[in-house]
Amino acid sequence: MVVATFVKTAFILFVVIGVLAPVITWVERKQSALMQDRIGANRASIAGVTIIGLMHPVADVIKLLAKEDVVPAGANRLLHLLAPVLVAVPAVIAFAVIPFGGSYHFGATTVQLVVADIDWGLLYVFAIGSLAAYGPILAGWASNSNWSILGSLRASAQMISYEVTLGFSVVGVFMVFQTLRLTDMAVAQDTTFRAFALVEGLFGLKPPAALEWLGALRLPNWGIFLQPLAFVMFLTAIMAENKRPPFDTPEGESEIVAGYHIEYSGMRFGLFYMSEFIGVVVIAGLMTTIFFGGWSVPYLPQEAIIAGVGRFFGVGFATGFCMLVHFVTFMLKLAAMIWLQMALRWTLPRFRYDQVMDLCWKILLPLSLANILVTGMVILALEGTA
Amino acid sequence: MNFPTLLFHAFALLAVAGAVGTVANLRNTVAAAMSLVLTMVSLAGIYVLLGAHIIAVFQIMVYGGAIVVLFLFAVMLRGDESEPLPRGRMRLVKAASVLVAVCVMAGFARILVGFPEPPAAPTDFGRARTVGIALYSDYVLLVEMVSLVLLAAIVGALVLAKRNTD
Repeated sequence: MVVATFVKTAFILFVVIGVLAPVITWVERKQSALMQDRIGANRASIAGVTIIGLMHPVADVIKLLAKEDVVPAGANRLLHLLAPVLVAVPAVIAFAVIPFGGSYHFGATTVQLVVADIDWGLLYVFAIGSLAAYGPILAGWASNSNWSILGSLRASAQMISYEVTLGFSVVGVFMVFQTLRLTDMAVAQDTTFRAFALVEGLFGLKPPAALEWLGALRLPNWGIFLQPLAFVMFLTAIMAENKRPPFDTPEGESEIVAGYHIEYSGMRFGLFYMSEFIGVVVIAGLMTTIFFGGWSVPYLPQEAIIAGVGRFFGVGFATGFCMLVHFVTFMLKLAAMIWLQMALRWTLPRFRYDQVMDLCWKILLPLSLANILVTGMVILALEGTA
Repeated sequence: MNFPTLLFHAFALLAVAGAVGTVANLRNTVAAAMSLVLTMVSLAGIYVLLGAHIIAVFQIMVYGGAIVVLFLFAVMLRGDESEPLPRGRMRLVKAASVLVAVCVMAGFARILVGFPEPPAAPTDFGRARTVGIALYSDYVLLVEMVSLVLLAAIVGALVLAKRNTD
């Protein structure tokens, strides 16, 4: 049990921090280059080997490690030292509750592909997210610089505000799935539902004869189909929590130089930089699990895969094969969600600070409350009809 | 000593250390606030050891996160150097804090001396579903009352903020 948890933790750390985070710094550069009609990062080389610019993350890390670590005069040394750690740790440990596969029975042993399968997984993510606010705040305050403290003020206000919306935006989702446990949520999405049943149950309408296929259409039981509005709000709020463009007002280099991490250099700056990218991976994992069925293959539930493959190769092999398929599916969905964030980041210009706040309190918050109300009414109305 | 007991002692020690840090950091408000975070998070750890998971999560979300962040926000807006209270007020505050400390200590003494062994917790104790159902059935009136108090606080804050801008 302890060994299995250790192996899974090491695996997650390796995949997320060791592979994904550095690679997506490269993806981000290439994506921006593509969207701005440039060639992009392709110069860094080791003995002439560039592998389409993939040497850039390596060069970055070497540069950051070799740089002088400056602590400004008048800074609070302890808090200045602590702040990057407080940024990096929540980003990393949030991944513990995200399932990267289902649970599989090999005879008596059960393999579950998640580090911590806790009853309140979703709340755990929010709790970690609320602790993530300390890093930026302390970074700016401890640096003893005016630009830094402006960035900190913006960061703390933005993160507190969007935390509220973030929480409310997914209430509808766990009303639908009746669970806070992320593994159960993923299992619940491994099925399909008849899309028109909603209309029939609510309004008693039958599909018109010409559109008979519409009545029979089945969709995967994914969060995005059941709670589309929640997905948009969740995406907005969590991107604002991660403080990446278009919500990067705490860094806003044209107004406040670089915000809360101006006074950081070397690998301590590197921690801020990497945490943002780890945040992108965690967000992608959350969106995959909550709204895109997690590890599940659409229209092919776990039992069907195991039964189908098991007929030819035996149940043991089929279960292992299913585990692999689910893991690959999860990684593909994760990649798609990372790509979505990258595309948004390079499409939208930075909001003005007051626009960020207005969006949260005047648009998203009322909308998320309305979503909860409507979801509750629909669930009550459909109760018993199904 | 088994592992949970060891964890309990670690969390208890951290909670007390954080509390001492909160009181001792008179000159540095931000350090005091961060010590408070340490206490809050350690208490959440103790709640987990007691099986009250959902309370632990709320402890971190509300006290560990939002509330102390707001403290820090206020400190950063106002600056760290607040003027000391006038002598009379200071003496009153000191007397009040001693009184509160004595009351809390008396409460603990009452618990430690001859408090009956609590019954074993049911298996679904502290689950999100159990707590949720309890909150919105047996204690629904209290929940609504608390939300009313919070609403009053919001309205009060708005009135104060409006008066300062006019």
